[in-house]
Amino acid sequence: MATLVVAEHNNTSLSEATSKTVSAAKALGTDIDILVAGQGASAASEAAAQIDGVRAVITVEHDLLARQMPEAMEATIMALMDGYDTVMAADTTTHKAYMPRVAAKLDTQQISSVTGIDGDVFERPIYAGNALAYVKSTGGKKVVTVRTTAFPLSGDGGSAASESKSVEIGDTGSTFVSEELTKSDRPELTGAKIVISGGRGMGSGENFALIDTIADKLGAAVGASRAAVDAGYVPNDYQVGQTGKAVAPQLYIAVGISGAIQHLAGMKDSKVIAAINKDEEAPIFQVADYGLVADLFKALPELDAELAKIGY
Amino acid sequence: MKVLVPVKRVLDYNVKARVKPDQTGVDLSNVKMSMNPFDEIAVEEAVRMQEAGTATETIAVSVGPAKAQETIRTALAMGMDRGVHITTDEDLEPLAVAKILKAVAEAEGAELVLMGKQAIDNDYGATGGMFAALMDWPIGQYANTLAPGEGTIEVKREIDGGLQTVTLKLPAVVTTDLRLNEPRYASLPNIMKAKRKPIEAKTPEDLGVDTTPRLTIVKVTEPKTREAGVIVETVAELVDKLKNEAGVI
Repeated sequence: MATLVVAEHNNTSLSEATSKTVSAAKALGTDIDILVAGQGASAASEAAAQIDGVRAVITVEHDLLARQMPEAMEATIMALMDGYDTVMAADTTTHKAYMPRVAAKLDTQQISSVTGIDGDVFERPIYAGNALAYVKSTGGKKVVTVRTTAFPLSGDGGSAASESKSVEIGDTGSTFVSEELTKSDRPELTGAKIVISGGRGMGSGENFALIDTIADKLGAAVGASRAAVDAGYVPNDYQVGQTGKAVAPQLYIAVGISGAIQHLAGMKDSKVIAAINKDEEAPIFQVADYGLVADLFKALPELDAELAKIGY
Repeated sequence: MKVLVPVKRVLDYNVKARVKPDQTGVDLSNVKMSMNPFDEIAVEEAVRMQEAGTATETIAVSVGPAKAQETIRTALAMGMDRGVHITTDEDLEPLAVAKILKAVAEAEGAELVLMGKQAIDNDYGATGGMFAALMDWPIGQYANTLAPGEGTIEVKREIDGGLQTVTLKLPAVVTTDLRLNEPRYASLPNIMKAKRKPIEAKTPEDLGVDTTPRLTIVKVTEPKTREAGVIVETVAELVDKLKNEAGVI
């Protein structure tokens, strides 16, 4: 049998999350096909065919797939599932929105946000990462979402076969109206090598300029705690945590973040954590490799100057 | 419209989960339990819809042990009309819960099901999507703002890249995200009033739902803990450590 990996893409480009999902799928030891479901998505399909370890790239195009609406994705994947015993996708909001639909239609339990695969046993964090559950399927097809920060890129140099399929999609009851996407030239949060995040201590959205300056110097992505997003300092897509994005960069710099359980769940797998907080009792210092007890409004300009001294 | 809100009793979000020594799960004895925070947001939204005149009746449903009744009472104290309690001592998978919710939604003739995007205990984030598929209803996941219309509901969704707005034909499912609203605290008079609101109790068997699990839990372990590192005195020292000791800049 085989595994169907669903591509993360925006039609014109393929996200690295796809390659990382393929690398997770390799652990199952079956053939791997990639589904590119979109509209005008040939560029994404071509990129997918170059991922190492892929047998075929199946492209399905439809108006309702342009933004991968959940109801249309369910219909598309269900039309293909006869040939597969597992369907796997990244645990981004696109895939989390429809994968449970597929699981219900297959009468199986979705295995969500997997961080490791060993034979037929899947590792997944529960309780905001305060426990790890090891689960296996009792039979039937498997529906799996993976936390891509836990898997490496699959490499390129692949030469997968390409095929196009058409799928009939009826009235879904859902209509796309509009999108307001955050525009940024910085790296994507979940794939960045360095992430610098601000918390409630930033005090305002304007003050995030202090973080932006340093992020631009370091080529870092900018994140935030739930408190900073709830306070309206930055948009929702900045949120790192149990219910936001999970990141695992080489360096995570937490500024003015106290370190609530739900924030730690999204960043504690970072290789190195640095924290700047004026409260020496802040829980963030219990997970930080390097802690600086300081007023961030003094420390950030100093950090900017120190980085300039070493060539940034 | 008739609005159904599933509510789950979970380990309180401020309490750190402890794994049982025999690695069968998380220890839930003698710890504070509360309503799943995302479900609280769903309850608040349903009550606001009722106050605005768009919801005609609001029903809270919980699937869980006897004490899940307290969670339903909390929803009633926040302002919902009545409760349905599906009693079970098993820790059901989202698939089984979705099947139970289907039976309840059909029996009640619900037109909108508002529910949390995930439960903060098992973190599956699957029940809403599963339930929507079983009903063949459209879904608006991760709602930031809701605007009910004539036979439709507009949902502004929080997605990884920003915000997306969709219009769903009713009946539909909406899952809540953190920015949808700020749930109210129940007032004492409302807590007293909630004690007299009806809660109907049933079992999964009464509904004819098969709750057989599809996954086996091999074990549950503590994650690797991170050791606290060092406190540096100056920004210059921090930059030096990051560059020369950790080698990450």
